[in-house]
Amino acid sequence: MEQNGTYSFLYTEDDESVKKESMFRITMKRLLKNKMAVLGGIILIIIVLASLLAPWISPYDYTYQELYNVNAGPSAEHWLGTDSLGRDILSRLLHGGRNSLTIGIVSTLLSALAGTALGATAGYYGGAYDNVVMRILDVFQAVPSMLLAIAISATLGTGYINCIIALTISGIPGSARMARASCMGVRNQDYIEAAVSINASEPRIIFKHVLMNALAPIFVMATMGVASNILMSASLSFVGLGVQPPEAEWGAMVSAGRNVLRYYPHICISPAIIIMLTVLSINMLGDGLRDALDPRLKQ
Amino acid sequence: MLKYIGKRILMMIPVLVGVIVLIFTLMYFAKGDAASALAGADATAEEIQQIRARLGLDDGYFVRLGNYFKQLLLEGNLGYSYRTGASVSSEVIERFSVSFELAVFSVAFSIIFGTIMGIVAAVKQNTWIDNTAMLLALIGASMPGFLLGLLLSLVFALKLHWLPSGGWGGWEYMVLPVLAFGVSHAGTMARLTRSSMLEVVRQDYIVTAKAKGVSPFKITFVHALRNALIPITTQAGQMLGITIGGVVVAETIFSVPGIGTYIMTAINSRDYPAVQGGILFIALVFGIILLVVDILYAFIDPRIGAQYRKHRRTSKREE
Repeated sequence: MEQNGTYSFLYTEDDESVKKESMFRITMKRLLKNKMAVLGGIILIIIVLASLLAPWISPYDYTYQELYNVNAGPSAEHWLGTDSLGRDILSRLLHGGRNSLTIGIVSTLLSALAGTALGATAGYYGGAYDNVVMRILDVFQAVPSMLLAIAISATLGTGYINCIIALTISGIPGSARMARASCMGVRNQDYIEAAVSINASEPRIIFKHVLMNALAPIFVMATMGVASNILMSASLSFVGLGVQPPEAEWGAMVSAGRNVLRYYPHICISPAIIIMLTVLSINMLGDGLRDALDPRLKQ
Repeated sequence: MLKYIGKRILMMIPVLVGVIVLIFTLMYFAKGDAASALAGADATAEEIQQIRARLGLDDGYFVRLGNYFKQLLLEGNLGYSYRTGASVSSEVIERFSVSFELAVFSVAFSIIFGTIMGIVAAVKQNTWIDNTAMLLALIGASMPGFLLGLLLSLVFALKLHWLPSGGWGGWEYMVLPVLAFGVSHAGTMARLTRSSMLEVVRQDYIVTAKAKGVSPFKITFVHALRNALIPITTQAGQMLGITIGGVVVAETIFSVPGIGTYIMTAINSRDYPAVQGGILFIALVFGIILLVVDILYAFIDPRIGAQYRKHRRTSKREE
């Protein structure tokens, strides 16, 4: 027992923290060299900041209806015009960003956490537990994720929280599989056997040794997942199952503008472009992250 | 090989049973009462009760689940629509053929454009051609289908009047939805093709081929592309599945009478047998597509064909 303590002190605590920091620094250095990733990061930061600061920087109340000034095109008072109820589109975009981004980020985080926990334990333990978990995930994956999200939303009803739940559940199988695959790859490495032989506890092995080494692909997938979840939530709102008016959400704004697309395309176009920009910038950042974390490119 | 296919088909059965239970459970607990939606706004409580009894909505969860399975297995019947009383099976199949056509064309579009773009980018790696192609591909891949769909219908249907903005019929109805939902997959495909081509190009056998004096054209298309095809095939199969799952949005924009609009109408009118039937059918097709992709591997890659004893998993995204 004495020896185990010494070993874990020697190898895990000190070495890991030193290694982690340098790994982080290497990744950041490489990421900053990638122009596309930096550009994506900058666009993303601007969008996130604008959404965070929405209550302070938006020119109007996003629910205020100027009923004598509906469907107005861009002007000095309303930079992006007003929608069919005379609400300022810029203000709604800023507030909508809070909803869209939160839905995207929270649902991805939750499904990545749940999926990683399921996948990592399944990949580590194997056997019957792995089988049961994987068969259940098979069922969830047999339904295309967009359709599953639609079915779950139809059951739970519309709204902000339900949208997050629907996207979280439909995201779990993908991240669980990913985590399982990377953990299985790590599982047979010598250092896992070493950790087992020095009697490290199972949660510690799974968390510190297996998961930490399998984290890069999961991290990249989660980054991209935010983009696809923003798209999915926009699509859900677009077909009328996501966030409901008067709450602002980008997909719902596109959907609302659709009816007057022929005459007032500006109502539809600005939220649609923001959705695209957000997704594009996240994908650019995710690409950069993937390259930066690729062990084959390490010197 | 046949044994493997048989095994895979057998493995699909428990998954499908699981899907039936999953979708049934979701619809069982769905908010909103089908009977009152059906009876209309000014129906009396008694009328609603009658409808509930007629549809068997008062039975418990397990009784209804049992009935549903009985109906499926003994009669091969997906049930009857609450709203129209029509058989869900025949409606689903009819609607699905429209969606399938749409999905196949849009995936075909994305495969053709995506792989060509990817190959060109990989061959001209790090030139302006590569950079432009990859930037376009990235923008395409980030473009939400409904955004492109709306823009296309605004320009080509509403402003220029070249193509119809919605409906279904001849090829002209298909152009805009196929483009709208093919472009984003084409972008993904181009990126994937490029990266898997570049991966293959680094292999020793490409160097050997070059050393032997094989023409660059032959190296690209015979040596490299064939080996790069494996991840491309996975992606194509998944794309077809995703497209079929995503038709709901596409069909809503262009009012295509496919299975997507069928499911959406059913959800809005609380027509649960129709929702269940539609989703179940899509899951079945999705499963078959993944199976076909798995079998295709063996033809593309003899190495995989040789080790067919173990089953391979396709669900892992390799991008």
